[in-house]
Amino acid sequence: MTIARGEKSRGTATLYDELEPVREELKKCMKCGNCMAVCPVYLTDKAEAGVARGKIAVAEAVLSGELDIDDPEVISMLFNCLLCKSCMQNCPTKVNFDRIMLALRAAIVRKKGLHPLKNMIFSLLKQPKLFDAGMKVGAALQGLAFRDDPSKKAISPRSPFAFVGKSYGFDLHRSLPELAPTPFRDSVSEVVKVKNAKTKAAFFTGCSVNYFYPQVGEDVVEVFKENKVQISIPKDQQCCGIAVFVHGDVKTVRELARKNLDAMEKSGAEYLVTACGSCGGAWQHEYKELLGDDPIYGPKAAYWSSRTYDISTFLTKVIDYRLPTGKVEAVVTYHDSCHLKKTMKVSQEPRQILMSIPGVTFKEMAKPDACCGSGGSYLLTHYDTSKEIAKRKVADINQTQADYVTTGCPACMMQLLDHVGRFGRGQKIAHYISLLAESYRRERTGGTGYVR
Amino acid sequence: MIDKTIIKELEKIVGQKNVLSRKVDLVTYSYDATSDMPKQAPDVVVLPTSTEEVRRIVNLAQEKGLAIYPRGAGTNLSGGTIPLKKGIVLSFQRMSTIIEVDPDNLTATVQPGVVIQDLNNAVAPFGLIYPPDPGTVATATMGGSVAENSGGLRGLKYGVTKHYVMGMEVVLANGDKVRFGGKTVKNVTAYDFANLFVGSEGTLGIVTEITVKLIPSPKYRRSMMCLFKKLEDAGHTVTGIIKSQVIPATLEIMDKMTIETVENYTRIGLPTDVEALLLVEVDGMAEEVVEREAQAVANVVKENGGELKLAGSDAERDQLWAARRAALPALAQLNPTVVLEDATVPRTRVTDMLLACQKIANKYGLKMGVFGHAGDGNLHPTILTDANNKEEMERVHKAVDEIFATALSFGGTLSGEHGIGMAKMRYLGDEIGESGLRMMRSVKEALDPHYLLNPGKMVPAKET
Repeated sequence: MTIARGEKSRGTATLYDELEPVREELKKCMKCGNCMAVCPVYLTDKAEAGVARGKIAVAEAVLSGELDIDDPEVISMLFNCLLCKSCMQNCPTKVNFDRIMLALRAAIVRKKGLHPLKNMIFSLLKQPKLFDAGMKVGAALQGLAFRDDPSKKAISPRSPFAFVGKSYGFDLHRSLPELAPTPFRDSVSEVVKVKNAKTKAAFFTGCSVNYFYPQVGEDVVEVFKENKVQISIPKDQQCCGIAVFVHGDVKTVRELARKNLDAMEKSGAEYLVTACGSCGGAWQHEYKELLGDDPIYGPKAAYWSSRTYDISTFLTKVIDYRLPTGKVEAVVTYHDSCHLKKTMKVSQEPRQILMSIPGVTFKEMAKPDACCGSGGSYLLTHYDTSKEIAKRKVADINQTQADYVTTGCPACMMQLLDHVGRFGRGQKIAHYISLLAESYRRERTGGTGYVR
Repeated sequence: MIDKTIIKELEKIVGQKNVLSRKVDLVTYSYDATSDMPKQAPDVVVLPTSTEEVRRIVNLAQEKGLAIYPRGAGTNLSGGTIPLKKGIVLSFQRMSTIIEVDPDNLTATVQPGVVIQDLNNAVAPFGLIYPPDPGTVATATMGGSVAENSGGLRGLKYGVTKHYVMGMEVVLANGDKVRFGGKTVKNVTAYDFANLFVGSEGTLGIVTEITVKLIPSPKYRRSMMCLFKKLEDAGHTVTGIIKSQVIPATLEIMDKMTIETVENYTRIGLPTDVEALLLVEVDGMAEEVVEREAQAVANVVKENGGELKLAGSDAERDQLWAARRAALPALAQLNPTVVLEDATVPRTRVTDMLLACQKIANKYGLKMGVFGHAGDGNLHPTILTDANNKEEMERVHKAVDEIFATALSFGGTLSGEHGIGMAKMRYLGDEIGESGLRMMRSVKEALDPHYLLNPGKMVPAKET
């Protein structure tokens, strides 16, 4: 290959390579302030610097030279955003605020370089074997710092660690999903064959399913089997890269994108299916944009963009999924993951699936698409704000009287696990696909009781 | 620039987290929702949480000679919250408690930072509404809308903010706290101070608590769209509806340019071969009455050669109003800068005003859409331009001058609902004359002799 990996090839630069093109996007903002009605950070802080309109004003000041992009105040403000895209749903002039944020963060990295700690962690992502080994060591050692809570399939910090970690939200009441002793991709074969397969799909698992929620991966496999879809789970797929992209590391996300494109191409699948809004969004939108002027990978990214579906869309719109008949008695509510609804535009499909399960009573919560406050690493860097946002979400969940909170994104599952634990009424957290898988399983076993 | 000791003193009053003085924070209070305005960052932003804190801030500002700019959500369209002469922005976003909803007295008492929609959500379980509904109900605050005397879509039948304010607590420029009015329907004690402070744009005092009137939520409504091949027919329909003794809750108009732009933007199936469109909603507590009013409207539309489309379901109604709500955003898509005015004329002159606006747009070679609250005579001539194009902006300013002059010549007013702020201050004398300006200054100086409160807005200072 002639292009240096991770480097830009040729053609016009994207706004992730230079700041100038951002001007056009900034011009669209009328400063009407409609973003204030929905911005989770603003609704918590009530300061203009929290909301899109304020950040756009700061971006304008950066471009006019009034403020410096590497001013620590500017940096801290630009990172106080979850990239949940709620503002974009409410924007009358359709400002692509996510692109403005990402472009500015990329500009910070270009000027200052990555923070050394981030650089270390992100480099690890590019070395999948090392990353994988690290996660496994973590899984083996987690018992030292965390105690197990089998009632909610979660772990909580043990006391000395809880004391140290308190300011980052790692107090005694913090619930986190357990790191899987065996990552999902190690536990399944690379191709799961079915008789008389209708079509072939590849499953892009994402890191959260692989390391934290392997049972969601198994449930995806179960659903594919029941619908006669041959599924491949390429072993050399890697992190989707969104987590590093939001920190401005354009180089690493491009590199990961190329590796993932190679992995999926080798699978020979017709479709690419995801069970995480952030991963699916990367395949549908970000890869295409980031590699737009790459003569080799650009077209590949565009191809896979058009073949990528959230599993709910794949089931309801691409194949006509088989209606389940196993009874799952549960009162269920659904939280719209921001990236699933606002990036992938998926919101009706998971509800349709849930409502098709015998025994499920579906209860809509108020503002189901209000952000849960996770924002990936945002919850680590801004735990207090994240917690306040989640508190409002859980209050809406509590109102529904549901006993299951479902969603379509593992990052939201982690956030909900923590905060339903703090402010909820013991509701169970599940990926919506797990309820469908359970219904299929019960067709065979006739079982009842809790979903795994 | 203010010195660090003032920041420290402010922090002592409201706590460190309620004082913003980082440069990035100051930049985010240098604007509001008004286009074509100068930007100016304040020296400091303070977010009080109680009336007592407000008093102490005012005392400090007075002692140091610092200007104070009360600010709600900063969604006004008159440049009313821009801290033109630096000083302290007093943001009420963290003073946002609904103190009481009293369904028996039909009142609610709120702190100024309460968002209008949040108040409506709180009174809805009692079957009540707070009617003033500016386009920004989901973001604008009660304090801000009281200061601006905000209107909205329901003004024709239900009035505007001033018709709902029954009492207030205000902190004056000298630091005094004053309370007047209250929960009684009748109250003629002292001057009618509520009506002095409503619409005073933060220039006379700082509103720290508001008691408002609530009304029962109308149970029935009928919405319809009326299409006209001639602008004049739409105008005659507006007056005809009122003449038939029907007062619709909402009576909105869109001109051809607006209709075409909305349709391009939303594709909701608006006909683009008409000259004007009216959106009408009648509502009330009895189904029979509402039906009768709807029928009366239909008759007037027919008499004036209009085509009527009745919304048959809630979904169809929502679609009609989606079209209206899309008017400003759709127009805003076309150009980088939107100059939105709100010149208002007597209802009988709406057609004349619409035609005059078209003429002015042609004369200055500008793109202009006109929509608005036809029933109130409150139109929104919306000029689409680019603030970076100096030559065009000169034409825009001339066109705006002419729009105002025309509205006044029709017996209208400079502003129906956006307020004077800094955007229209220089036209003020054209409407109220020299004696009017002198009275403005007398009132201002009686309450705020040193022009500490929101200087540079609404009241032109003596020198100019």
